[in-house]
Amino acid sequence: MGKHAFDVRSLINRDNNIVQLLGMVVVIMVVMTFLSPDKFLRYYNFESLTYLFPELGVLSIAMLVAMLTGGIDLSIIGIANVSAILAGLFFHHFVGREGIASGDGTGIVFLGIVLSLTIGAAAGAFNGFLITKLRVTPILATLGSGQVFTGIALVLTGGPAIVGFPVAWDWIGNGKIFGLAVPFVLFIVIALGMAFLLTRTTFGVSLQLIGTNPKAAVYAGLDKTRMIFLSYVATGMLASIAGIMLSGRTNAAKSDYGTSYLLQAVLIAVLGGTNPAGGKGTVAGVSIAVIALMLLSSGFQILRFSNHLIDFIWGAFLLLVIVINAYKNRNR
Amino acid sequence: MTLFRRSEVVIAAILLVAMILIGLVNPAFWQVDNLFSLLRSNVIIGIMALGVLLVMLSGGFDVSFPAFAVAAMYLTVKGMLYFGYVGVLVPFVCAILIGAACGSINAFFVWKFRMIPLIVTLGTGSMVRGFLLGVVGTSMINIDRFPPVLIDFAKAEVFTITKADGTHSGLTAMVLIYFALALGVHLMLRHTMIGRSIFALGGGAEAATRVGFDLKKTIFFIYCLAGALAGFAGMLHCSMIWLANPRDFVGTDLEVIAAVVLGGASIFGGRGSVLGTMLGVFMLVMVKNSLIIMKVDTTWQLVVVGSIIVIATAATAWRDRKRQA
Amino acid sequence: MSDVFLDLRNVVKRFSGVAALDDVSLTIRSGEIHCLAGENGSGKSTVIKVMSGVYRPDSGSIAIDGRTHSHLTPIEAIRHGIQVIYQDFSLFGNLTVAENLALNTELRNKRKLVNWRSVRDLARRALDRLGVDIDPEQEVDELSTAGRQLVAIARALMSDPRLLIMDEPTTALTRKEVETMFRIVRDIQAHGISILFVSHKMREMLEISERLSVIRNGRMVAEGPTSNFDESTIVRHMTGHDISSETYHWKAPATPTPPRLEIAGLTLAGAFEDLALSVHPGEIVGLSGLLGSGRTEVAQALFGLEPGHTGTVRIDGVPVPLDRVQTAIDAGIAYVPEDRLTEGLFLTQSIDRNILATIYERIADWSVIDRPKAANLAASSIKALQIATPTGDKPVGELSGGNQQRVVLARWLLTEAKVLILNGPTVGVDVGSKAEIHRIIRDLAVEKGLAVVMISDDILELVQNCNRIVVMHRGRFVETFETADTSEQRISDMLTSFK
Repeated sequence: MGKHAFDVRSLINRDNNIVQLLGMVVVIMVVMTFLSPDKFLRYYNFESLTYLFPELGVLSIAMLVAMLTGGIDLSIIGIANVSAILAGLFFHHFVGREGIASGDGTGIVFLGIVLSLTIGAAAGAFNGFLITKLRVTPILATLGSGQVFTGIALVLTGGPAIVGFPVAWDWIGNGKIFGLAVPFVLFIVIALGMAFLLTRTTFGVSLQLIGTNPKAAVYAGLDKTRMIFLSYVATGMLASIAGIMLSGRTNAAKSDYGTSYLLQAVLIAVLGGTNPAGGKGTVAGVSIAVIALMLLSSGFQILRFSNHLIDFIWGAFLLLVIVINAYKNRNR
Repeated sequence: MTLFRRSEVVIAAILLVAMILIGLVNPAFWQVDNLFSLLRSNVIIGIMALGVLLVMLSGGFDVSFPAFAVAAMYLTVKGMLYFGYVGVLVPFVCAILIGAACGSINAFFVWKFRMIPLIVTLGTGSMVRGFLLGVVGTSMINIDRFPPVLIDFAKAEVFTITKADGTHSGLTAMVLIYFALALGVHLMLRHTMIGRSIFALGGGAEAATRVGFDLKKTIFFIYCLAGALAGFAGMLHCSMIWLANPRDFVGTDLEVIAAVVLGGASIFGGRGSVLGTMLGVFMLVMVKNSLIIMKVDTTWQLVVVGSIIVIATAATAWRDRKRQA
Repeated sequence: MSDVFLDLRNVVKRFSGVAALDDVSLTIRSGEIHCLAGENGSGKSTVIKVMSGVYRPDSGSIAIDGRTHSHLTPIEAIRHGIQVIYQDFSLFGNLTVAENLALNTELRNKRKLVNWRSVRDLARRALDRLGVDIDPEQEVDELSTAGRQLVAIARALMSDPRLLIMDEPTTALTRKEVETMFRIVRDIQAHGISILFVSHKMREMLEISERLSVIRNGRMVAEGPTSNFDESTIVRHMTGHDISSETYHWKAPATPTPPRLEIAGLTLAGAFEDLALSVHPGEIVGLSGLLGSGRTEVAQALFGLEPGHTGTVRIDGVPVPLDRVQTAIDAGIAYVPEDRLTEGLFLTQSIDRNILATIYERIADWSVIDRPKAANLAASSIKALQIATPTGDKPVGELSGGNQQRVVLARWLLTEAKVLILNGPTVGVDVGSKAEIHRIIRDLAVEKGLAVVMISDDILELVQNCNRIVVMHRGRFVETFETADTSEQRISDMLTSFK
């Protein structure tokens, strides 16, 4: 037990950003409870959040991975949609609409997941190729590739949404396991896995070192090209997982679903303490940040703010974070 | 050989080749109608691109301008309807001021908190659009309510040609406004100290301060002017399509940035030109519009535009690496 | 004292309570070349910033031409004729030479518009005044370091300064370029302009200056005519203690051993040609040559950064392919790069991570890092190299220059390197740590039987630490000296004779 307590303390010391974020969550909870005591604190509200936030959470972790090396990935939404759409087309082709409606296709869902992840990995590899081999700046490379992915999604669907996914696929977005929302459990697993990958493995530590000083990384013998390439593959795969969750929850896939998530993923990554210039960022910080912001959104929704106004609040929050960070750095 | 080191020459050459190729696939490309409509499509993206160029020259990255354009246009048209105002000048001035005011928020955060412009403009863009749709309204102002005075203004044509079958086709006078603005921005960048200070800032902020530039002034100038150009473009856009849609310009940011990058501006700041930007805009608009002429399904538009960005940026990166070697 | 131009009197400057300058007084006379000597962090740059108006002193005053000011603003400093040439030159790489030169003047004249003809005229005149041949229409990014420095000097002279402050002006220059610069500096002095030369390079200071001040820990510890000083007295003032310098002796063992590092026919098109060299365990071989002689390229090639080279490299008799950094490291080659801050360290990362960066792969199973092992290795390295820190969790950027260099060395010791290539091992390291790092390198060579190749601009450093020195010129090894039978002077003369 003693050792465990020490670990927690060292975690807090290392990153007082996390303490700050936790404080923010508490403040949001208190204020929202005060403003709308009967609705905000209901179990139903929190439960519905556990279905909603994981998509965004996974996308934010994807953004964190890209930002660790000083990059950014503006194509994650495109990747998410294109992988969900391809899975949808795959189901329609092999099971057929009637088959899906009659509950068939459960067995083939596993193949669909593999397909989606492969698409995500391939899309990420394409980004990685542009960035490491052709040396295109990440922001421009993913700006362009994001258009291409979204474009492919549009070409594949011709515009309207693909509706009707197998029951097991829906379960990923809407089901329950051990009394908890499946997306939520999935998010916890992914967050823990990514935290482990980023802090305990050579891959993760290399990314942080490369992000801190790419030149020194080369001289220290780190395989910069390979690591950055792999980081975009990982980003792409995470994006495709988010795509699976999104299409599972809505039972549909479309080329322009979730476009507002892009800004939000950047915001959450930055809010979670990720340095957009590279080298710094934790999964814990990003996870708490996404929870904080989802609580904030849901609070405002309960207060009957329109979705547009919530966009306004997210933007304002991003600017607020900039101000807070600026003052924090000044004191240091 | 030095001629080919100028990126404008290279872009112009590629543009020419592309035009010839498209013309070969479908000779209709060279019809006056098509060329006029092509030029017309340049106007709005082009004016916005001028603003984006300014920001990029300083080493920044702006994704908020479509939101500013929409806000300026929608608020102004709403105001015109509310007050029953009939006129052209005041609304445009009003849109410019709204754009500049929004731009000053960007400038404030970029200057005061030294935050990466991409992050700042993501925030301000989202705020302005959220405010517009959440507070001001989401309904379109259609042709039936749209101020006729604006429609008349934007209908002006430079010259018209009567074709053999008796129909007319004209070149919109808005092209002149675009060219005038481009010339103005070019002269400002090349021949005024504030213009040179933008290049200096893009070359190195620390050095620029030491030489004695007032960077606060420069940053506010850049973002306010970029905002003003966006506001103006928004207003002109609604006058040209007779419709003020508060959800307009979604995705325009990527397109305009792509055009500026195509035009040879460096994302790291300090390098780029108005002429290059105009060529970049023309290239992008031409390829997009020519898909229809070339009988390609419009759903392919994004794929084509995205591919162009990828290829152009990869080519630029390759060229820069060769130059360094 | 009518010839005094600038007089700092009892200046105190504190940063969050810590005194960076403590009662500093400094007198600069009109038309003199004055040196300000001090180690890194001694307060040299704070003095510059007080003089140029960037910092406002907490107490004390600045007198210019006998008139006392409590502080200056940057504009006032410039108006009084104080010009600073910073280490990075503060030029705009994306603009032409002409515009870089003219910007100051245009700004001072509060111009709103740019008159390109007058820009070109101004630039032409400024360059002519310096007597240098640089195309004003060239972009600054296309110039060499020396060229950029000349542009920076030309720009500073345009405002008719009374005092030119040069911050570490010789850092990136070759010996030849330093001499050109000194000629220009003396020429400037002849026009009655004072020059404050801020440096930590002893011999250059002794060569160029008339008077010299030494600053240590924010206090002036010595001042006087340069003729009163020699290297050892300056070092004593700068560090507060004496530093002995012994030369390095290496004795070939009685029974001949195979060389640790053996190079034959090493060629890289456009950089070097047909190089041959053998380095035995325990040997420290110096590699000297002007900038552009190919010495850095040799080091890079040995470290797998120039995959295009031909020829063979053997380590302990085994040929090794050096097509990638990883293969070089696996073969036992370690490389300490030239610029520690930008090429060697991850400043915001912990000391531990900096030490372990290269061997993470080796202490990981299936990519999962063995954390206890990592912690032990880092801790023992910190101890072995006497890195002054309470804990390895601290960011490496908080260490002093000497300790930072030890971190880089520690990293390579963990890889069990057999060949250690050092490129400018003590650039930017203060005199005290310099001797300490030299000692560590020598000890390592002996204890671990390393073959060390040391590249340096500082010929004295090579003479003191190497048993052999190879001189490189135009991509070839032209001469080899046994250190025991040569002197610094002979090698310097040889380098000067090139070009």
